[in-house]
Amino acid sequence: MALKGNLRDVGLNQLLNLIYLAHKTGALTVQNDSGSAGKARLYFKEGRLIHAALDGQEARLTDVLVKVGKLTPDQARAVRSRAKVDTDKELGLLMIQSGMLNQNDIIQGVKNYLLETVYQLFTWRGGQFRFEANELPPEERITVAVSLDHLIIEGSRRVQEWEHLRDELPDLDVPLRFSDRPDTNLRNINLSVEQWKVVSFINARNTIRQIANFLKVDEFQIRRIVYGLQTAGLVDVMPTAAPAARPVAPVVPAEPVGRGVLLRVIDRLRRI
Amino acid sequence: MQTVKMVVTGPFNSGKTSFIGSVSEIPVVRTERKITDNTRSVKEQTTVAMDFGRITIDNDLALYLFGTPGQKRFDFMWEILSEGMLGFVVLVDSARPETFREARRILDTFRGYSPTPFVIAANKQDDEDAWPAEDLKIALGLDAEVKVLPCIATKKESVKEILLELLYVILESAPEDKAPARKK
Repeated sequence: MALKGNLRDVGLNQLLNLIYLAHKTGALTVQNDSGSAGKARLYFKEGRLIHAALDGQEARLTDVLVKVGKLTPDQARAVRSRAKVDTDKELGLLMIQSGMLNQNDIIQGVKNYLLETVYQLFTWRGGQFRFEANELPPEERITVAVSLDHLIIEGSRRVQEWEHLRDELPDLDVPLRFSDRPDTNLRNINLSVEQWKVVSFINARNTIRQIANFLKVDEFQIRRIVYGLQTAGLVDVMPTAAPAARPVAPVVPAEPVGRGVLLRVIDRLRRI
Repeated sequence: MQTVKMVVTGPFNSGKTSFIGSVSEIPVVRTERKITDNTRSVKEQTTVAMDFGRITIDNDLALYLFGTPGQKRFDFMWEILSEGMLGFVVLVDSARPETFREARRILDTFRGYSPTPFVIAANKQDDEDAWPAEDLKIALGLDAEVKVLPCIATKKESVKEILLELLYVILESAPEDKAPARKK
């Protein structure tokens, strides 16, 4: 039976923990339904991550190595045009034999790609997932086994960062305004390109969510950017009030029931 | 007559009423109402106050089963129903992972009332989308010693097994019976 659900209900960390503890083998497919769309497919063998594909594409080795900075796009194009081979394993061997990369470069590159793919998934707040047991990646792919324990710890850190940002900026449906605090020293502030883009949209009509949608950044990224602008003293948002928690009265514990009574209940239940 | 009480709790539509109905010797006393909000798509009626079932143990002893309302807006009833319970069962719909977090919240709330024995019943194991009990245990983030048991609440034998397992957990922490005082 396939494990199915939504990341809103069972977080990625919980899922990875389940796969890790139960030493599961199979493929986890996640279809992002929050913020920017996307689809990821992660493969596991005996509780370890071995392969990942993002956006429905099984990335070729050259693409993977470009993404993690082991090859330039020109080098990747040259390798692909020269190589008359079909599989990533043959492609990797060719690059090693030509002295372009060594085996460690390739393994480390594939591993970094796996990690970055999964870290991206930690920012997805919702998405249908399905775990198909015993499904493995295509034969021709290079697989590298990555232990999930460190990945889960780093994922937890990122989730904590996300939660901190969400606490700091709970409502995205509010507009931003430039801070009028007189103590802000604007001379020492350096903004990133992303922050400048957000700043250019600040006015009373644009909510944070609308800015994020226009710039095609997800909720995690927009919160990070706006939080950076807030802490720099550049912008303010309207605060929202938290609902008050209901006090819980302690329940009176049961009078201890003796073993004799319990054994009578057990005996009766067995016979009904 | 002495009575002992167990509580059956869990999220909305986890099968609490069916669970009690499977073993109660009286028709379950239901306090159901037609659903008027958006949860109606899941089922037509739901328990708003409690379900009540009974099993006569012998001439001097009866077991009462109380089912809590599943919808969050009736959670003020939980404390009232928890008074004096021997233990509780948390029913989880194994095929609806969107309710797992709510199940964990309910469990934490009940554990916060008093240190009462409990078991988790991974219900609807006959559904093809059901998560296995051992996977559910990890998904709920439960300690190794917590019992998470496969369950089909519509089947009497399955419900009996859950109640017996809960009784064994209760038995582990039950005090020895006091010996009758000797006559001088």
